[in-house]
Amino acid sequence: MNPADLKYSEEHEWARADGARVVVGITSYAQEALGDVVYVDLPAAGTRVERGQPFGEVESTKSVSDLYAPVSGTISERNEELESRPELVNRDPFGEGWMVAIDADDPAELDGMLNAEAYDELIARA
Amino acid sequence: MASTEPAALRETPLADLHRRRGARLVDFAGWRMPLSYPEGTVAEHERTRAAASLFDVAHMGAVTLAGEGAAAGLERLTPAGITTLAPERQRYALLTTDDGGILDDVMVANTGEALLVVVNAARREADLARLREGLPDVEVVTRDDLGLLALQGPAAEAVLAAVDPRAATLRFMDAATLRLDGTEAWASRSGYTGEDGFELLVPTDRLEGVAERLLADERVGLAGLGARDTLRLEAGLCLHGADLDETTSPVEAALAWSIPKRRRAEGGFPGAARIAAELDAGPARLRVGLRPVGRRPVRAGAPLRDTDGVTVGVVTSGGWGPSVGGPVAMGYVPPALAASRPTLAAEVRGREVAVDVVDLPFVTHRYRRS
Repeated sequence: MNPADLKYSEEHEWARADGARVVVGITSYAQEALGDVVYVDLPAAGTRVERGQPFGEVESTKSVSDLYAPVSGTISERNEELESRPELVNRDPFGEGWMVAIDADDPAELDGMLNAEAYDELIARA
Repeated sequence: MASTEPAALRETPLADLHRRRGARLVDFAGWRMPLSYPEGTVAEHERTRAAASLFDVAHMGAVTLAGEGAAAGLERLTPAGITTLAPERQRYALLTTDDGGILDDVMVANTGEALLVVVNAARREADLARLREGLPDVEVVTRDDLGLLALQGPAAEAVLAAVDPRAATLRFMDAATLRLDGTEAWASRSGYTGEDGFELLVPTDRLEGVAERLLADERVGLAGLGARDTLRLEAGLCLHGADLDETTSPVEAALAWSIPKRRRAEGGFPGAARIAAELDAGPARLRVGLRPVGRRPVRAGAPLRDTDGVTVGVVTSGGWGPSVGGPVAMGYVPPALAASRPTLAAEVRGREVAVDVVDLPFVTHRYRRS
């Protein structure tokens, strides 16, 4: 269920690297735990983000959660569609529900993240 | 191995049904209750407005008050009209504190033989202490042999009438004994969603059978506390512990409609002096609807500031309104602002969200009044 070509954080973000461009979203496990997503707050292009630091918020009918940056860098794009259709995070967390693209300072930071197998184990223990 | 266990949570008679139906459970007022089912809160909410939903609300307490002086006695604890409550009628009532605050908001029905009071789970012990202390000559009996179900939504009448046709004869706040799935249930035409619907007090050992019977109707699905909260918020209905508490008066809470003329004139209920003064001169604060501008929800506890940055009030309930298609909230502001309807700023995690003061409810009530 967790795509093998992605990297994962213990905070349930996923990251997909394409050179220095790193696309970030939350996992299916995370969206299911959150419940219906009703609001996503994402930084505008040009905003600096730091690895391990909150860069945005995702809010469901029941709670608000911080989003953590998996790498340091500069936001190059955010998913504007989530402004009017936050439910895409529930419907397609690894696809249309993506959140931001980060122009990473050092894409090698992704090497410290979990692979799909390790993330599967993490959520199996949760 | 020694470990510190949290206090045991109580489960309703529908605990097995919830597990079978894949409920996500949550701790609520000492009970393990369904927050949502696999459909999710928004879908449960929308189905309640479009068809019908069944809610397990068996955590709520039922109490009967029996004896000659029960109605007159209860009027010593609430400003509602109880002696005027006809048999097979129900009324919303506030139990007030000696300072004119709200101990609890309850439903009182006249069964013809006794008064039946349904209290909030979190207020049960406080209410029972108040009732026993205030009504020494009345028999106060907790009805743990009964559990409450709510069937809510525009299809509720057709669904329930298919089980007992007499359901269709009830109007808003009427109540009667119905025969459901081979057992007697005390049914009232009422609820906490703003929709037409029924609340059913069923013997606990028959609760699951009645629930399954209602769920067998394809128009009905289960809904959890998540949807119950978004529905009542859109309907502008108060949650005790959030929008009401022992410091809030009925007048401040915009619930003075529950105090009839006779009680206003006669007094004789706890906090009568404060409540009379507020009815006369106006309260210091007033519950209002709040509509955050944009899509970011504003939740309970957010301070409300005016354009000068002065804190003028607080949000007491807030979240996403699926039927409104935007965030909705309620809170308290000075009466002058309730009248002038300014745009205020709510502080949400260090950020300011513009919030319009608006009328309640957000979604028109669709009670079956005639």
